[in-house]
Parts: sequence; structure tokens; C-alpha cells
Amino acid sequence: MKVWLVWLLLVVLTLLTWWAGQAGYHGQWLVLALLASVFIKGHFVIADFMGLRGVAVRWRMLVHGWLVLVLGLILLAYGLGM
Amino acid sequence: MWFFILAELLVFAVFFASYAFARSGNVELFNHYQQTLNRDIGAANTVILLTGSLFVVLAVQAIKAGRAVLCRNWLLAGAGMGLLFLILKGIEFADKFAHGISLSTNTFYMFYLSLTFFHFMHVIMGMIILGTVAWKAHTGDYSATQHTGVETGASYWHMVDLVWIVLFPLVYVMR
Repeated sequence: MKVWLVWLLLVVLTLLTWWAGQAGYHGQWLVLALLASVFIKGHFVIADFMGLRGVAVRWRMLVHGWLVLVLGLILLAYGLGM
Repeated sequence: MWFFILAELLVFAVFFASYAFARSGNVELFNHYQQTLNRDIGAANTVILLTGSLFVVLAVQAIKAGRAVLCRNWLLAGAGMGLLFLILKGIEFADKFAHGISLSTNTFYMFYLSLTFFHFMHVIMGMIILGTVAWKAHTGDYSATQHTGVETGASYWHMVDLVWIVLFPLVYVMR
């Protein structure tokens, strides 16, 4: 994907996150939506900004693995708090 | 540098998990004080960091095309976005300090201040790296065939961006 389009997608997702906060949304659906949004944003930063899209899977998986680990732990902790 | 970046990411992972699990035992406190944060500045700073990352990608594309001056200019523009981030974050911190908020105010603010300050220091480190790489681009150290330093410096900057992409929704919005 063109880098400008990636940037635009990331900005749109950021504005949606800001809007969800301003609108006062909360609860499990917001948590799931935000985690999905962060995963998409993180994926594009790792693949297209860091330039790991074309490199060996084991290297890409290290950073993607970090993202999945962090989001999984947040999901677990928020599940415990609900 | 990649080892360093992965080590930094692991430290932030521990920070994020600690925040989330501390919240699970203090949900009402975290939800209440989260509402006192400035989401406008948080979102603006996200867009600023993303734009800085875009500029740094364009710097890498420029040096791959052998255009060292353009590469230097995009790197400086990226560092400029870092400076803008620091100014807005400084305004946010000053407001909190003016209201007497400190690390000892409560558990939420302890996490908010320490997490965002730790990230703040990484933005400064990223700007120093971008500035150094820009200088080396200016003095002709990089070319279309030899530009590992530009790519490595860029990766550090994207790491700083990646961490904020998690931090903003988690600390400012998610409840």
C-alpha cells in the first residue's frame, strides 16, 4: 500500500479513537474495538513504516508477536476488571 | 540496534501490562481519573507522531534514490514533529503539575505520569538519533547503496511511534 494511504488510514483510526472517547463510549465493545484498531495500526506501522513487510517471517513475527502479546495481556486484564 | 529496539519494546510491554492489571483492581479510580486527561492533546500528539513517521519513511525512500539532501530534509522534518510532540506534552504536563498532580496523587496518575514521561524521554532519544543521521546524510555518509544507518535510525523512530499507538487508546480512552 502507498505510504500516504497508510498514513491516512492511521490518522482516521486515531480520530475514531478520539471520537469514541469524546462520545463517552465504554465497556467491552469499546475495549474490543480499540484493541482491533491498535492491532491494525500496529500492523501497518510494522509492515510499511518499519519496512518489515518483505523480510523473513521470523523477524517480522518478533515485532508482531510483541503487539499480539501486549494486546492479549490488556484484553485479559480488562476482562478481569469487568 | 534491533536488539536494543526489541529490549525497549519488552520494557514497554511490562509497563502496559502493569497498567492494565493494576487497573483491574481499581477500575472505578482509573475510569474516573482517565476522564481528567486531555484527549485532544493525546490525539493531536498521535497524529503528530504518525506524520513524523511518514516523513522518516520518505527520508528512507529519498536516500534509496540517492537523494541525500532530500533525505536530510525529511529527517529534520521528522525530528520537528518530535519537537512539536514535546511542546504539546509539556503543556499537558504543566497543566497537571499546576493542579498539584504528582506521582503520589494516586495509582492512576502514577502510571500516567511515569508511562508518558518514559515515552517522552524516548521521543527525545529518537530526535537525537534522527538529528545525528540527518547530519551524516548532510556530510555525504549515505548513498543509494549504503544507507543502513538511515534505516536503523528510522526503525527506532517507528518504535517510539508504535509504543504511542498502544499508549494513547489504553491510557486516554479505554474503559
